[in-house]
Amino acid sequence: MDETTPLLQLEGINTYYGQIHILQDSNMVIREGELVCLLGGNASGKSTTLKTILGIVRPRTGTVSLNGEDVTRVPTAHRIKRGMAIVPENRRLFGPMTVRENLEMGAYLRPKADLREEFDRVYELFPLLYERRSQLAGTLSGGEQQMVAMGRALMSKPKLLLMDEPSMGLAPVLVERSFEIIKQVNDAGVAMLVVEQNANVSLSIADRGYVLSTGRIVLEGRAEDLLENEDLRKAYLGR
Amino acid sequence: MSGFDHDDRHQQGSPSEPQPGARKASEAEAPTSPAVGRDEWVARHGERRARRGGVLGTLEERLAVVPWWVWLTLFVAAACTVPLFSESGYVRRVAFDTVVFMLLALGLNVVVGWGGLLDLGYVAFFGIGAYAYALLASDKYDIHVPTIALIPLVALIGGIAGWLVGLPSRRLTGDYLAIVTLFFFQVFLTATNNGDDVFGRNLTNGPNGILDVDVFSFFGWSLPRVTSTGQFSVRYLYVALAIFGLVYVALRLLNDSRTGRAWRSLREDALAAEVMGMPVNTLKLMAFAFGASVAALTGSVAAALNGSVFPQNFEFPLLITVYTMVILGGAGSQVGVVLGAIIVSVLLEVLREPGDARGLFYLVILLALVGVFRPSLRLAIVLGGTAVLGFVAHLVAGRVDDAWTAGVAEDSGRIAGWVSDWVIVPTQLAGWVPAVSYVTLIALALGLTLVEGWRRVALLIPTLYLAAFVWENVLLDAPESTRYVVLGGLLVAMMIARPQGLLGEKRVEIV
Ligand SMILES: Nc1ncnc2c1ncn2[C@@H]1O[C@H](COP(=O)(O)OP(=O)(O)O)[C@@H](O)[C@H]1O
Ligand SMILES: [Mg+2]
Repeated sequence: MDETTPLLQLEGINTYYGQIHILQDSNMVIREGELVCLLGGNASGKSTTLKTILGIVRPRTGTVSLNGEDVTRVPTAHRIKRGMAIVPENRRLFGPMTVRENLEMGAYLRPKADLREEFDRVYELFPLLYERRSQLAGTLSGGEQQMVAMGRALMSKPKLLLMDEPSMGLAPVLVERSFEIIKQVNDAGVAMLVVEQNANVSLSIADRGYVLSTGRIVLEGRAEDLLENEDLRKAYLGR
Repeated sequence: MSGFDHDDRHQQGSPSEPQPGARKASEAEAPTSPAVGRDEWVARHGERRARRGGVLGTLEERLAVVPWWVWLTLFVAAACTVPLFSESGYVRRVAFDTVVFMLLALGLNVVVGWGGLLDLGYVAFFGIGAYAYALLASDKYDIHVPTIALIPLVALIGGIAGWLVGLPSRRLTGDYLAIVTLFFFQVFLTATNNGDDVFGRNLTNGPNGILDVDVFSFFGWSLPRVTSTGQFSVRYLYVALAIFGLVYVALRLLNDSRTGRAWRSLREDALAAEVMGMPVNTLKLMAFAFGASVAALTGSVAAALNGSVFPQNFEFPLLITVYTMVILGGAGSQVGVVLGAIIVSVLLEVLREPGDARGLFYLVILLALVGVFRPSLRLAIVLGGTAVLGFVAHLVAGRVDDAWTAGVAEDSGRIAGWVSDWVIVPTQLAGWVPAVSYVTLIALALGLTLVEGWRRVALLIPTLYLAAFVWENVLLDAPESTRYVVLGGLLVAMMIARPQGLLGEKRVEIV
C-alpha cells in the first residue's frame, strides 16, 4: 500500500439526520491522483457521504482529514479553500447567470488570480461552453448544464473533485462522453470521487471503488476486482 | 497562449458577433454539414434573431448599444431642467421628494433585489441617518460637523447599524429576518419617541423632534432652504440629484463586482453558492449593511432640507411606499426601481388632488381596457354597455328620488361634469353604502377572474360601473386612505400582469 498521507481520509464516520443514523462507521481513503467511485442504490447514503466530506452536515463521531489535517470542525468554505470542489447532484447551476459568470463563481475563492488559464482549460475540455459563454445557464440543455457544472468545479483548480451522479438524466451517448471527460480530467492529475448508480461504466474507468448499502460500506477494492465480484454483479450490474 | 478570446467587450448581449473564425467556419460549412465542435445555434445566432425592419428596427439596435452611463447622465441632466419648466415651489419640492424616494428605492433594492432579504426595518435606517445628521449638525448638542465630512460619516453609521442589526440573526432566512427587523423598527420608533427621557436625560427631544438642523454647507458656501421669496430652494434638488448619480454609479459598480455576482448566485441557490466556497452569512450581512448605508445617507439629505427631524417622519406607511416602488419597478433592476419610485411618488402626489385623481382613474381604466381587449368589438361593447348602464341607472334613480342624484362630485372640471350625469352621487350616503359597495366591488372583481369569454364581458360592465360609483362616493371622500388603496390595487394588477415588476428579470427556472 501507498505510504504517503492520503488526500482525503474518513475514519469511523457516523452521520445522523436528527434521530436517523445514516452513515455507519464509514472509512474511506483517497490518494493523490486516484479515481475512486462510490457505488450504491437509492438512498444508500452516497450524497450524505459527500455532504459529510464537505462539511454541509457534521458527523456525530469520526474524523474527516484533508492532507493529514483534521477538518471535521472546519466550515465548508475553508475545506473548499484547501483544494476540494464539487459537481453537485442535479448540477445546481445559477440559472439567470451566464455560462461565463457561472464558471467565474467556481473560482470565487481565488479573486486575485488570473483566471485565463483556468478558462482556457475548461474551454478546451468543453469547446461548446466557449461558444455559449454569454447564454444564461438556465436555458442550456441537460448535457450542456452538466458541462458547465463540471467546468465550474474545475475553475477552483481542485486537487480533489467530488461528483454526485454525473450521469443522472443524461442520454446514453452523453453518459459515455461525460465519463471520457472524467477520465481526461483525472489523467491531468486531479483526484476524483465519483458517486454513481451506474456501476458498470464508472468501474470501467475507476482505480478503486467502494459500495454503500443502507449507510454501510459493504465492499471495497480495486475496480477490476469489483467488476468481477459476484454479489456486486447481482446487485448492480444485473448480470 | 490559446485561441480563446478573453476580451469580453462584445460579450454582453451580442452573441450575434461571434469569433471571426467561428463565423467563417459556419459560413463555409453550415448549410450542408454542421461543423464539429462548433455550435451551430450560436454561430448563426445573428441570422436567426427576429429583427424589426425599417428605421425603427435600426433605431432600436442603435439605442441598444448606448452604454448605461450615457443614459444616466441624460436622465440626471433632464431632471435638472425641471425648474425651467415650472416656477412652482410645489412642483420643485415634489421633484426633490421624488429623488429622495429614488435613493431609498436604490438602497432597498440592494437588500431585497440583490441580497434577497426581507428587511422590514429599512425605514429605521433612513431615520437613523436623519437623526445622526440632526444630532451632529444642530444646536441640540451644539455640534456642527462640516457637511462634506458628515454625509460620508452618516452613511458609515448607517452601514454599521445595519451590520449590527443583521449580526444576531446570523442565519438570516426569510421569516426570522423579517421579524427581527420589524422588531428593530419598533425599537427605533419607541426609542426616538421616548428619547426625551432616557434615565432623566433628554437625548432626542422625543416626539417634539430636533429643530434647527443645519443646512448643507460646502466649503463655507451654505445652501439656504428657501429662496428670498420664500420658495423651495432648487439647489437642494441639484444636490440630491448629484448624490443620486453617485450612489447609482457606486451601486452599479458594486453589482458588477465579484460581490455583486456572489449575491446573485446566493439568491439563486444558497447551497450551491456555499459549496463554491462563498461566505454566505457575510455576504448577506454586506447586502443588509449596504442597503442601510444608502438609507442613512438619504436620511441626511432629507434632514438637511426639512431642517427638522421627528419620529413621525419614519412610520410604517413609508416602508410600504418604498417596498411598492421596488416591487412595482422590478426588484433587482436599478433602472426598474428608480422608475418605480418616480411612478409611485408622482402618483401619490396626483392622488392628493381630487380633480387630477379623477382624471387619472378614468384614464387608467380606459388604457387598461384598451390594453386587454385591443380595439375590438368587445371593447366597444364594454365601453358602450357601461355608458348606457350608467345613463339608464342615473335616469331611473333621478326619477325615483331627486336626492339620489343631487350630490355634488368632489371638485369640478370637465370630467366631473360628465360624471355627474352618469354616476349616481346621492346628497347623503346611507351609512351602510360605502362598506357594502366596496365589498361588492371586490367580490365582482374576483368573480371576473372565474368566468371567461362573453360572460366575463357581461360581468365587466356592472363591475366598471360599480367601480366608478365607489370611486366617486367612497374613495374621493377619503383621499388619504385612497392613496394606499390605489397602491394596493396597482400591486395586485402588477402581480397578475408581470410578477417580476416592470423591469425585473424574469426568473429562469432550471429543469
Ligand atoms: N436533510 C435530510 N434530512 C433527513 N433525512 C435525509 C436528509 N437528506 C437525506 N436524508 C435521508 O438520508 C438517506 C440517504 O440519503 P442520500 O445520502 O441523499 O442518498 P443517495 O445515496 O441517494 O444519495 C435517505 O433515506 C434520505 O431520505
Ligand atoms: Mg444522492
